[in-house]
Amino acid sequence: MQGNGQPAIRADRLTRLYKMGETTVRALEDISLEIGTGEFVALLGTSGSGKSTLLNLIAGLDRPTSGAIYAHGKNLAEMDSEELARHRSQSIGMVFQAFNLLPRMTMAENVELPLRLAEVDRNERAQRVRDAIERVGLSARTNHRPTELSGGEQQRAALARALVNRPAILLADEPTGNLDSATGKEIMDLLREINLSLRMTIVMVTHQRELAERYSERLLLMRDGKLEADGVRQ
Amino acid sequence: MKIGDLTELAIRNLREALLRNSLTTLGITVGVASLVAMLSLGAGLQHLADQRLSQSGLFNAVIVSPRNGFGDFGGATTRNQSPVVTPRQLDDVARDQIGKLPHVTEVYPNIRFPTEIYFNGSPYPTTVAGIPMSDSSDGAFDGMTGKFFSSGSADEAILQSEFARQLIAGASPNTPPNAHAGSTSPELTAELNSLLGKEITVRYAERQPLVQPAGTPLSNDAEGDAPGGFSLVPHQLNLRIVGIVETEPASGLAGPGQGRLLIPERVAEKLSAAQGSDLRALLSGGGSQTTYQSLTVRVANASEVERAESAIKDMGFSAFSLLDATRNLRVVFAVFDLLLGIFGSLALIVASLGIINTLVMAILERRREIGVLKALGAADRDIKGLFFAEAGVMGVLGGICGVVFGWLIGRALNLGTNIYLARLSLPSATISVVPLWLVISAIIFAVIVSLAAGIYPASRAAKLNPIEALRYE
Repeated sequence: MQGNGQPAIRADRLTRLYKMGETTVRALEDISLEIGTGEFVALLGTSGSGKSTLLNLIAGLDRPTSGAIYAHGKNLAEMDSEELARHRSQSIGMVFQAFNLLPRMTMAENVELPLRLAEVDRNERAQRVRDAIERVGLSARTNHRPTELSGGEQQRAALARALVNRPAILLADEPTGNLDSATGKEIMDLLREINLSLRMTIVMVTHQRELAERYSERLLLMRDGKLEADGVRQ
Repeated sequence: MKIGDLTELAIRNLREALLRNSLTTLGITVGVASLVAMLSLGAGLQHLADQRLSQSGLFNAVIVSPRNGFGDFGGATTRNQSPVVTPRQLDDVARDQIGKLPHVTEVYPNIRFPTEIYFNGSPYPTTVAGIPMSDSSDGAFDGMTGKFFSSGSADEAILQSEFARQLIAGASPNTPPNAHAGSTSPELTAELNSLLGKEITVRYAERQPLVQPAGTPLSNDAEGDAPGGFSLVPHQLNLRIVGIVETEPASGLAGPGQGRLLIPERVAEKLSAAQGSDLRALLSGGGSQTTYQSLTVRVANASEVERAESAIKDMGFSAFSLLDATRNLRVVFAVFDLLLGIFGSLALIVASLGIINTLVMAILERRREIGVLKALGAADRDIKGLFFAEAGVMGVLGGICGVVFGWLIGRALNLGTNIYLARLSLPSATISVVPLWLVISAIIFAVIVSLAAGIYPASRAAKLNPIEALRYE
C-alpha cells in the first residue's frame, strides 16, 4: 500500500463528456477534490449524478475528457492502457453491486484471479488467497462455486478478490445494492474493519444516505455531474 | 499473464462450451487430416520412386567405359569432358585406381556375354550378366521369386522371368516368347516356382591368354600370329536356378542387351568368357591383358556421384550417371507436393473460419467476464493472449488429432492399394508415408492457421470497453 504523503486521490477540474448521437452528456463537470490516504469516503447521489463515472475514472477504467486525476501523485489521464492496467492491478481493488464473480471458477479461483493477472508466483498465491478468504470469513466455502454461495457470501468473496493484491484504494460500487439490510450491514462492517485495520482508502458509491452516514467518515454529494457537497462526518 | 496461466484459463474456457469448441476442433482435425493425407501420398510416391530408382541401381552408380570406344555412351560423354586427358584402356590398373577414389564403395566389371544354355536337353541362346552381391542388400531384388545367390562364388543362376517362361514353354530359340508372356496366372506362378532348384548348363567361350604362337589344341579360332593374343576355348558350367526376377536391375545402362540369365559377378569374372570388347582390345594391341567393356562404380550415396564421375573422367575414361534424370524427377515431385499441399490446406483454411466464428461467439457470451478481467487488472494483451491461447489450444488439439486421422487415411490408402495390387498379382507398395517432418510441420501449421484465425477475435475482445462490458447483462 502506498502512503507517500500525497493524497490517495486528487481530481483537478475533472470533466467527462459522452456523445450520445447529436447530444453531449456531461457525466462529470469540473470536479476538483482530494481524498487522503486511509479515508472512507461515500459518493452519494441519484442515478445519473456522475458518481459511477467518477469511480471508473479513479479506477482507470475510463479517461477524462479534460482535467486530471491523480492516484498517489500519478496522473491517470496521461497513462497508456498498459499503465492503467498495471494501476488497476497493483493499486485498485474493486467491488461491484452484482459481485461479478466468474461462475465457472470456484470461490478460491476467483480470489486468485488478480494474482494470476499480476503474475504473482504460483507458490505465493495459495497463501495469499487463504489469507484474503480468512479475512472475509469464508474459509469453509473455499471450493464452492459462486452459484453455491449466498449473496452475502458472494460479496465477501468479491471483497477477498479485491483485497488479495493488497491494493491502496478499494472502490466499491453499490456493494450492498443486491443484499438485504442485515447482510448489507455485515458487508459494511467488514469494509469498515478493513479500512481501520489496513488503513486502506475506500471510496464507496451508494445511494443509501443512511448507510453512507453511518459508516463513512466523509460524504461527497453529487448531482448532475457536479460535486454539490463535501462534508466530513463529525 | 504468464503463459501457463493463459493456457490453463484457455482450456477451462474451452471446456465450458464443450460441444461448440469440439466441433470447431473437429473442423481443424479434418483440415489437418486432409493435408496430412495428401502430403503423405506425395511423400509416399516420392519414396516409392526413390526406392525403385535405388533398386534399379541407377541412383548411386557411375558407369565407366573406355573413351572413344564402342562401349562409349555417345552423347553422355561429351558434356563436361576434359579434352586434355588421353584415352586409356579400362584394365585392372584402372579398376584399382578407380576403387581407391574417395567414397567409392565398389567397382565391378559389367560382364555380359552371349551364351547358349541347355535345359531339358534343348538349347536356348541368351545373354548372361554378372550381378554383384551388393545388389541383394540395396533391395534391387526385393519381390523376386525364390532367393538371391547364396554366395558370390556359388554356381547359381537367377532367370529373367520372360526367359523362365520360355524354358517352361520349351519354346525353340527362334520363336518369340510364348503366349504366357506378360500374364500372371496362378498356374504360371506355380510353374515358375517349379523351376527353382533345377539345373541348367551354360555353354560359353573362355578367353585364354595365348602363351605359345602355335595355339592350343582345343581352339580353331585363336589369333595365333598376334603376340600377346588369346584363344577361345568352349566350356560349360552347370548352374542351379535359385530365383526368378521380373527384369534385370540396371539393365540397359551397364551395357548393350538385357541379361536374361543372371549369375554372381565373381563367378562371371572367373569364367573369363569372351565378350564383345575383347576383339577391340586385341586389335588395339592389348590382347594379353584383361580389359573391360565397362565398369560399374558404386559410391556411398547419390550426392557423391557427381564428384566421382568427374574424377573418373579426369582419369581418361567416359563416365555416365543418371543424376540429372533424378534431379528432374525431384522437381516434378516438388511441384506435385506443392499442389497436394495447396489442396490439402483448403480444408484447413475453411476450418479457420470456424475458429473465427467460435471465438467471436465467445466474445459475445463472455463480454461481462472480459470487463471483470479488465477491472481486475488485465491488460489488453492479456485478453488478446487469452483468446489466442484458446485458438492455439484448438489448433494443437486439432493438429494432433488431424495427424492421427491423416495417418489412418494413409494406412487405409495403403491397404486399399495393396489389395488392388494383390489382385493384379503385383508386388505390394507403400504409397503413403507420414514422415516425422510431416507430423511436426502439420501440427505447427495447424497452430499457425488457428492463431491467424484468432487475430481478429482476440483484438476485438481486447478492444472491448470495460465499462460497457461490465454494464452488459
